[in-house]
Amino acid sequence: MTQTVTTDAPPASPRTPRQLAWVRRHAALSRFWREYRKDRRGMAGLIILAVMIAVALTAPLLANSRGLNPIYATAAPNAGPSLSYPLGTDSDGRSVLTLLIWGSRNSLIVGFSATFISILIGALFGVVAGHFGSIRARAGRVTDNVLMRFADWFLVIPFLPLAMVLARTIGPSLGVIIVVIGLTSWAGTARIVRAQALAVETRPYLERARALGAGHWHQMYKHVLPNVMPLLLANTILTVAGTILAESTLSFLGVGDPIRPTWGQMLGSAYNYGVGTGNVVWLLAPGIAIILVVMAFTLVGHALEAVLDPKLRERR
Amino acid sequence: MTALLDGARAAAEERSGPGTGSGLARMLAVKIGSAAVTLFVVLVVNFWMFRVLPADPARNLARQTALTAAQQAAINRTFGLGRPILQQFGNYLAQTLHGNLGRSFVDQLPVTEKIGQALWPTVLLVGTSTVLSTIIGVWIGIRGGWSRGSKFDRTSTAFVNVLYSMPDFWLGMVLLITLAGKVALFPDGGMHSFAGAQPGFAGLRDLLWHLTLPCLVLTLVYLAEYSLVMRSSLIDELKADYLTTARAKGLRDDMVRRKHAVPNALLPSITLIMLNLGFVISGAITTETVFSWPGLGRLSYEALNAPDYPTLEGTFLLFSAAVIFANLIGDLLLTVFDPRVRQA
Amino acid sequence: MTLLELRDLSVTYTTEGGPVPAVRGVSLTVDAGQTLGLAGESGCGKSTIATSILRLLPTSAKVDGQILFQGDDVLTMKWGRLRAVRWAGASIVFQGALHSLNPVQRVGTQIAEPILLHTTAGKDKARERAVELLRQVGLTAARADSYPHELSGGQKQRVMIAMALACSPDLIIADEPTTALDVMIQAQVLNLIGDLVRERGIGMIMISHDLSVLSATCQRLAVMYAGKIVEEGPAHQVFTDARHPYAEALSWAFPIIGDTKSRMRPRGLAGDPPDPADVPSGCSFHPRCAVAQPQCARREMELWPAGDSRLAACVRVLPESEAVA
Repeated sequence: MTQTVTTDAPPASPRTPRQLAWVRRHAALSRFWREYRKDRRGMAGLIILAVMIAVALTAPLLANSRGLNPIYATAAPNAGPSLSYPLGTDSDGRSVLTLLIWGSRNSLIVGFSATFISILIGALFGVVAGHFGSIRARAGRVTDNVLMRFADWFLVIPFLPLAMVLARTIGPSLGVIIVVIGLTSWAGTARIVRAQALAVETRPYLERARALGAGHWHQMYKHVLPNVMPLLLANTILTVAGTILAESTLSFLGVGDPIRPTWGQMLGSAYNYGVGTGNVVWLLAPGIAIILVVMAFTLVGHALEAVLDPKLRERR
Repeated sequence: MTALLDGARAAAEERSGPGTGSGLARMLAVKIGSAAVTLFVVLVVNFWMFRVLPADPARNLARQTALTAAQQAAINRTFGLGRPILQQFGNYLAQTLHGNLGRSFVDQLPVTEKIGQALWPTVLLVGTSTVLSTIIGVWIGIRGGWSRGSKFDRTSTAFVNVLYSMPDFWLGMVLLITLAGKVALFPDGGMHSFAGAQPGFAGLRDLLWHLTLPCLVLTLVYLAEYSLVMRSSLIDELKADYLTTARAKGLRDDMVRRKHAVPNALLPSITLIMLNLGFVISGAITTETVFSWPGLGRLSYEALNAPDYPTLEGTFLLFSAAVIFANLIGDLLLTVFDPRVRQA
Repeated sequence: MTLLELRDLSVTYTTEGGPVPAVRGVSLTVDAGQTLGLAGESGCGKSTIATSILRLLPTSAKVDGQILFQGDDVLTMKWGRLRAVRWAGASIVFQGALHSLNPVQRVGTQIAEPILLHTTAGKDKARERAVELLRQVGLTAARADSYPHELSGGQKQRVMIAMALACSPDLIIADEPTTALDVMIQAQVLNLIGDLVRERGIGMIMISHDLSVLSATCQRLAVMYAGKIVEEGPAHQVFTDARHPYAEALSWAFPIIGDTKSRMRPRGLAGDPPDPADVPSGCSFHPRCAVAQPQCARREMELWPAGDSRLAACVRVLPESEAVA
């Protein structure tokens, strides 16, 4: 009887387990990247993001930070686009382009920070609740229930009024925005992570790990978390999209830092000065920037989801 | 989006698991009870934010920033600030449950009265836009999801994605510039052209004329989310085997969609739409502000700037209660419509 | 008249990795009142055939050949005629286990649905008929108001059977009807199907990977491998005395209790079924065949006569003169 030859030849030189793991991970990543590249919208989103992040990082090189200080603004206020001020000026005479570039920094920082808090808490809750919830013992299910009820309360609090209230009682700042957004959005992530963790818990290698004596922490950290990671990553990207929108709303309402510009804050100033009078670009530019960034994150997030779960792929 | 649906489905599934108790009445009682508990938690949070969190609550409760000793003592007496926290909370709870939310700093009117006045405009705006956005959004989602990959689907998904990424206040301002302002196709804001509502048909027309732009903004922004949710839900449902069974029975394609696919796809969407509804009410804050619509949103925005703490506190309570209530209704609707959840 | 005749049926799926031929030239006949079993491992194409008979394949699937149902080619029928044939001419018993039933509709409604569609009966009459069908499959009338999730696996399968009989079809296609069930329930359901089909003289194709089930329930048996039929004949003969090596191996996977010979015999087959996109040349089974000859890799196999109303696609059934190409 002829035997079919296996396609993967074993590595020539003996490798340590760590090296093997790295090789496998590298292969998986390149496979992932090849798959991701096929998604045109995902690639478009990724390019836009790369540009935006590059602008934010190189802001000091692109626009002089002195341009943010109204004292140094010498141009005519609320003027339309011109050669020296490509996007016109705001009500203080500052260059809208400068504000836009530096605003990208703050908007993205706030977005990422808030998302970081949200994902950190959400993933923690989700993994713990999902892990303990799948244990047969009563104590596990109780833990799960308690954690999820706690999360439910946070799901309910509307972030906009909360931010307004906190801005009044503590004082407006970007920190308030970050905390508020983080606090009100982690519950959604927790739910999703928990559902995924429950699914992961049913897999045989977890039972095997338990039988081998793995403690709770080990199970969660070494087994559940890595398997929840892909979904968590996609969810994180999508969360950033929502966070940036939320930040723009809060800054618009005046909850943010009145000194450090963000795109939302620019829009708030434009509104306060009087919509439609003077420089229209001052109103349009930050809005378009927000749309582009949020769309980019959304596209990347959906592309990630599709690559990680083939069932979600759109027919080409 | 699918992850969101998975979360909602997971939540629904565990509600339908064994051991949730026997009988529909008991299930309802549990849900209403838990909503009440959540409301209580909100009251605690509200109290904490206004009386405990600030360094000097007295300053928040009075209008002026500098107080004399006598004024401070007077405030302490009125609001019971010197007493232990629990007693303060008890007072606060008693007062709130009696409907006493304090008086506004701005015009000394009872907060409940101000909220009462602002309630109807918000209900009108949010109600109209929700009805429109739900119907249109669900329709787009169903049509796009069923004919996945078609021209309609691709254009509508692109359009909806842009809407979803757009800040609603920005859309409002752009519309103001293009359709109102100098063009004057629509008013610059407000709810009525004159001091108050006009009677009769002319008044109705005036109201609708003012309602159009803010309603358009809210409708566009929220239909994006509903259509995405519905589309995802339907696409998930399309994989189901019972649709092949339905086709094998000889049903026409649109019948298969209408009688089998859509009813199943709507279920997880209901939960999400209701959850969203609660947030729309507070989401309308920015739209009401941009269009000077005299509703709860603008009320809280003005309270933010004044600052008018009692009003702010009152509106926060109301917004949270709205979300809890909407959640409860969504839960109840799901119980009514999904037999798997009814089964205890 | 022949109830169902498949003439050189081929089905190719279009996938991201290219075209995948799931069925490669299958010809079968089922006469009225006759029962045919279609056996094979997963991926051999048998479920594709079941789905194709009523033209239920996705639009991306390319279908060649003819499917003649009572003389008319299903593949070229007009939609109206096709919808009329669906369920009233031929119906399918799906695997009821998971999601072949609409989870939010009552079972009685789902059984009544085709009745309302294909007959002139009103809602009440249809409901009566649904209840009667439930009784015939051994369920109480009260079950008509149940939702699918309230029923056990066996009960759901009975509902699928009742539903398939709703419009008194001439042909029933049973696609893995007992695969997800316990052995005891399996026996019950098989007996039920067998009785009903015999009573009404309905033709039936039953599809399964379990040869023992098929040999007990069907008159004739056809074994599929890699998209083609490799053996066909009277069920019991094919099961106990297969001529094609694959059919033999498959039947030995289901030993007969009490038969010492079967207990002693070495079982199992090395290797895996071939990837449908990359089928071996000549006889597609030759890489795994214990008695393969050199010519098996080159010669195109056909279904040659291998006994009384038996066919087998193996060179070993040929008389000596034709054996070597």
